[in-house]
Formats: sequence, C-alpha cells, structure tokens
Amino acid sequence: MASAPGRNHSRQQLLLWGAASLTLYALLLRFEQSILAWSTQGRWFFMLPILIAFAFSLVHGRFTGAFWENLGIRAKD
Amino acid sequence: MEAIDFIQLDLVNGLYLFVVGFVGGLVSGFIGSGGAFVLTPAMMSLGVPGIVAVASNMCHKFPKALVGALKRARYGQVDVKMGLIMGLSAEAGVLTGAHFQELIKQSFGDVGSNLYVSVAFVVVLGVVGGFVMRDTIQSHRSGTLEEEKPGRLALWVQGIHIPGTMVYFNSLGTRISILFTIPLGFATGLLAATIAVGGFVGVPAQIYVLGMSSLMASATELVIAFVMGLGGTIKFAWSGYVDIRLAMIILAGSLFGIQLGAIGTTYVKPYMIKLVMGVIMLTVMISRALVIPVYLAQLEWLPAMAPATMTLLKNTSFLIMILALALGAGIIVHALIQGRRSHAREMTMALDPAS
Repeated sequence: MASAPGRNHSRQQLLLWGAASLTLYALLLRFEQSILAWSTQGRWFFMLPILIAFAFSLVHGRFTGAFWENLGIRAKD
Repeated sequence: MEAIDFIQLDLVNGLYLFVVGFVGGLVSGFIGSGGAFVLTPAMMSLGVPGIVAVASNMCHKFPKALVGALKRARYGQVDVKMGLIMGLSAEAGVLTGAHFQELIKQSFGDVGSNLYVSVAFVVVLGVVGGFVMRDTIQSHRSGTLEEEKPGRLALWVQGIHIPGTMVYFNSLGTRISILFTIPLGFATGLLAATIAVGGFVGVPAQIYVLGMSSLMASATELVIAFVMGLGGTIKFAWSGYVDIRLAMIILAGSLFGIQLGAIGTTYVKPYMIKLVMGVIMLTVMISRALVIPVYLAQLEWLPAMAPATMTLLKNTSFLIMILALALGAGIIVHALIQGRRSHAREMTMALDPAS
C-alpha cells in the first residue's frame, strides 16, 4: 500500500499529465483542419505526424500509467 | 498525389475509435500484438479510404508499442537486442510484402487482393494458431502449465554454431545464429504487410523456434512492432496518407489498454499468453474463411452469389472479428482479476499466517 506522501505524488502526476494530455487533444481537435493539411503534404512533412505521435505517446502514456496507478491497479511486485 | 477524402470526425465516431483502440491496446499489451487487425476494417466502416486506414493504423501502432515496450521493460520482460534485430529484418519483410500486394492488385484487382489477404489469414492463423492451441491444451492435460522449457526445435536451433553469426541474447541465456532470427523477423514483417499483425508469427516463432518464454516473446514483440510501425508510418506519411486525428484518437484508447494489458502479464501464468493468442487467431481465421467464397464468386471462380448473401457473409465476418478481440480482452480481464485476488490472498497469508 502506498504511503500518504506517495499517494499525493501519484495524484499530482495524474493531474499534471492529465491536464497536459487534455491540452494536446484539445489543440489537435481545435486546429484539426490546419494540422491535417500540413501533415498530409507528404515528402519531408512526414516528420509532422511522427513528431505528433511521439509527443502524444510521451504525455498521454504518462497520464494513462498514472491513471491505473491511482486506481490501485499496479503490477505484481 | 491524388486528392484524399478525409472523414469528418464527430463524437460518435471518436468514441467508437477510442473503445476499439482500448480493446486492441489491451490485447497488444498482453500478447505483444493482435489488436491492430480489427482497426483497419473498423476505420473503413466509418468511410475512411483503405490506404488512409492502413496508414493511420500504422501511425497509432508505433507509439503504442513504444509505451508498451517501456512498461514491460520495467518488469524485465523485454530483450531489446532481439527486438531490434528482428525488427530490422521485419522492416525488409514489410517492404517485400507491400510489393507483393501491389503486384497482386495490379494482376487481379481489389477483389484478388482481398482474396489473397483472406487466404493468408486462414492458412497462417489456421496452422500457427492451431499449433499454439494444441500446445496449450497438451500442457493443460499433462499438468505442465507452469513450466516453459525450450522444445526440441528450439534446442536444435540453440545447438547450431555458425561462425561469425552468433549473438548472445539475454532472453535465451545463450548464443544463437542471427541466420535464424533474420528469416523469422522477415516472415513477421511479411505477415504484418499482409494481414496487419506480424505478431501472430513473430511471437510463436520466438517461443517455439528460438526457445524464449511466452512473457519475453510477447514483450519483445512490442519492440519489433515499434520498429515496423515507425518504418511503415514514414513510408505512408511520405505520401501523405496518415490521418493524424484518427491515429491519435485510437492511441488515446489504446494507451489505457496497453498499460492494463502489460500490468496483467505480471499476474498471470505464462500459458495464458498462448491461450489468448490461440483463441484470437482461430476465431479470426473463421471470420476470414467466411468471406473467401464471396471473393471467389466475384472473381467468377465460383458460381455467382446473391448480393444479400455476400452482404450477410461480410457482415458476419466483421462481427466475428470483433468477437475475436472481445474474447481475447475478456480472458485477459478475467485472468487479471483472478490473479489480483490470488495475489491479495497470498499477501494476507504472508502478513498474518494464522488467518
């Protein structure tokens, strides 16, 4: 069982990464047409979808990890 | 480049992709792959053009595999060296497989291409899935579900010494020739380019041919999927086919799923990985077998079929494919709940042996 400071830290992580993830998704949907237009130009613009995918995996990956952690669903030691 | 019709996204479409992504991620986190096969048809059912669906599926796959591989590496289940070596050879397999697909499409059109994919599904999943299920049932009958030892083929592979090609792999605890790993990686990529899930060959090959444990093989497959997915995304994005909105919405669901699937592997016995894989492979095989007569009739290699019958067979096939994923996810969630309960009981016993 995690200690109280550990739980607080874990909850902070959840809120921090959750807010960051929500921001990324809000931006993606708000500017979807421009992002789609830029990212489907082909050739060297191939880097745009790759960079977006890496950024989302970093931020949303941290958030989803913290999500299960806060629900008490952790790996067996 | 021709103009591409990108779909309008609404809440219902978004939720649908999120949920399918979650279930696919759950399965991938547990068995290393297997969630992607339903995503391409799922996107196409929303009106997404085929090539955009394939490209966007690929673009969600590599970040998902990255997160899953990092998570499972923390549990000590990943052999990075094996993953990179097989991943690079898988990349060559993907390019060759894509070339095959183009040749078939040029010669026999879309119907011929669909027939080729369906036959590949049925043959590969029937043979490999049947083998995996047989092994799981035999282990169950002989009461050796807990043990995982390299089989005769793996011991033979491990015993062969080819100078200049031997590499030590942590997951095997021995050196093997990369002349064995390269063709296996290539076959994984070839299958990935054909049916979108290379892991249906990659994971069993690592278990039965190289002698890895199910846990290590399924986790290492995530590294292979990352390498293949990244290469595939570059290829498709270079031509402008990736719909990043679709890819990121699927990723939103699949990262919840892959984390849960990865956690699940720490609670279950290794045979569960083979069981889930076997069940999914054989159910998908039935799904694809159903549509083969439709394509044969369209190519006029079988007598003509009524349009209503064709639609019925195609819809039933799609529903069975979703059922395959749901069955796999159901077994994983059930095993996770059972494993957590049993772990909680063990902890209670350890803390209070008198209880």
